[in-house]
Amino acid sequence: MEKEVVMNAPNQEMEETNRSLMRREKGEKAKKFTALTFVWIMLIVMYLPIMYLILFSFTDADVIGEWQGFNFDCYATLFNSNNANAKDIWGATWNTAWVAIVASTLSTVLGTAGAIGMHFLGKKLKAVFNFANEIPIVNAEIVMALSLCILFGLLGLPKNAFSLIVGHMVLTIPFVVINVQPKLEQMDPSLYEAAMDLGASRSGALFKVMVPDIMPGIFSGFMISMTLSLDDYVITEFTKPSEGSDFQTISTYVQSTLSRSTPPIQIRSFTTIIFVLIVLVMIGYTIVNNRKAKKI
Amino acid sequence: MEATKTLSRNKGVVRETRKWLCMPYGVFLILFIILPILLIFYYAFTDARTGAFTLGNFAALFEGDSSVTTFKVIGQSLGVAALTTVICILIAYPIAYILANSKWNKNIVLVYLFLLPMWINFVIRTIATKQLLIFFGLDPALHPWVCSIIGMVYNYLPFAILPLYNTMLKLDKSQIEAAADLGASPVQVFFKTIVPMTVPGIVSAATMTFMPTMSSYVITDALSGRTITLIGGQIENMFLNGAQQDLASVYAVIMLALIGLSVVFENLFSEKKGAR
Repeated sequence: MEKEVVMNAPNQEMEETNRSLMRREKGEKAKKFTALTFVWIMLIVMYLPIMYLILFSFTDADVIGEWQGFNFDCYATLFNSNNANAKDIWGATWNTAWVAIVASTLSTVLGTAGAIGMHFLGKKLKAVFNFANEIPIVNAEIVMALSLCILFGLLGLPKNAFSLIVGHMVLTIPFVVINVQPKLEQMDPSLYEAAMDLGASRSGALFKVMVPDIMPGIFSGFMISMTLSLDDYVITEFTKPSEGSDFQTISTYVQSTLSRSTPPIQIRSFTTIIFVLIVLVMIGYTIVNNRKAKKI
Repeated sequence: MEATKTLSRNKGVVRETRKWLCMPYGVFLILFIILPILLIFYYAFTDARTGAFTLGNFAALFEGDSSVTTFKVIGQSLGVAALTTVICILIAYPIAYILANSKWNKNIVLVYLFLLPMWINFVIRTIATKQLLIFFGLDPALHPWVCSIIGMVYNYLPFAILPLYNTMLKLDKSQIEAAADLGASPVQVFFKTIVPMTVPGIVSAATMTFMPTMSSYVITDALSGRTITLIGGQIENMFLNGAQQDLASVYAVIMLALIGLSVVFENLFSEKKGAR
């Protein structure tokens, strides 16, 4: 009898700890459920405006929010080459794309070369460069836009493709530099020296050893440049070509339609197509990433 | 011996030439970033006709009737920026915490989903937001502040989530567990360990939202029925539509002063962190 009691005591204790563990697990599960519910609700809210636009791309009402029957008019007119709105939208898309590609490419080349050069500078000069590089990052876009505009006006230069590209480069270069810099810091300097010792030419050592080493930084700098440039409004509005005055990017075009009583219905179908493309790219990127992870 | 000497001398030469790679960028920085800012100061502090030093441009904005508009613009800008920043951080903080907590979320895709709307043009998203708000009975013309703040928070939320998420990934889990084991209540754990550890994230989330909102006048223009004017919008009005270069420069100088203040503020916090 006594033995049993003695045996029982730790058992009971164990059961109790088991029970409290189970309770704790239940609590954890409830917590996880609440946390993820919150996140998903926020996600739905984030996507609500876009979904609303997409929904109304399947009706041809002038105003979003009025349903005039299911049809593909928004899409049909978007791909009708005689439609004035469609022409404007595709023109603006083309402008947005080439400005982003040209400006980001130039920024990436100039910024990467800059970052490599800065890496070998003395402490003081490097600090000066870093400070100057920080300016456009912390500065307000409107101040940069105004200051560039004043500069071009003072030099008597017309606003054209050059001013626009310079504007977008000012916006994006610092981000290339700050993305390349950490990769340069991580780089093994002896690797580069070894290449030189083994008889590689200067440019050979640079392009075959250093550049591949810092490639991830260069790539993310380029991607951030593209993202910033594609979405830009303020600098574009201030530096875009003024002669002929019908140069628009997507941002400035859509903004200019805001003052109309009814914005073009084709913006809805256009956004839907862009959204689907982005989602597809995201899915593809995730799949490729997962495969890579599995291989490793 | 001779060979190694020339080799090392070669290396020295190479180091020298590598430095010159930053020359083109240096020229670009001076010409298109530093010089334009100096020009803004020049135009803000000189007379348009004579080019002599004057505070007249400031006086023109801060004296008499025009001072009402000036203070209204600055006040509205600071109000929109402060409200947007605070609300963004309050919403982004729990989202970032949940996304970064491996107990709850192991899926990076969820983080991507929060960033994905950023790739849809922000002017288009603003139009969509406006229409949706009207659908919910919130007319921008009648509720300019509520609508503008919703639009701003919607636009800047991903920018607040990202830095917070990055700091939360690096949270020292053992410290949190230690606090809990030593008898701290969940509220104490939160305010005494988690919040102090995430201060750098909070500060960078704040700087990612506070200053940029003042340039995002497209959002307030669309969502306030043009009743709220931000400094950015005022600069555009004065420069592109009014050709008042000097007054626009004064506004830009005011903005630069605000930016300077926020940089000092940010550095104060990172120094405190360093002292710890």
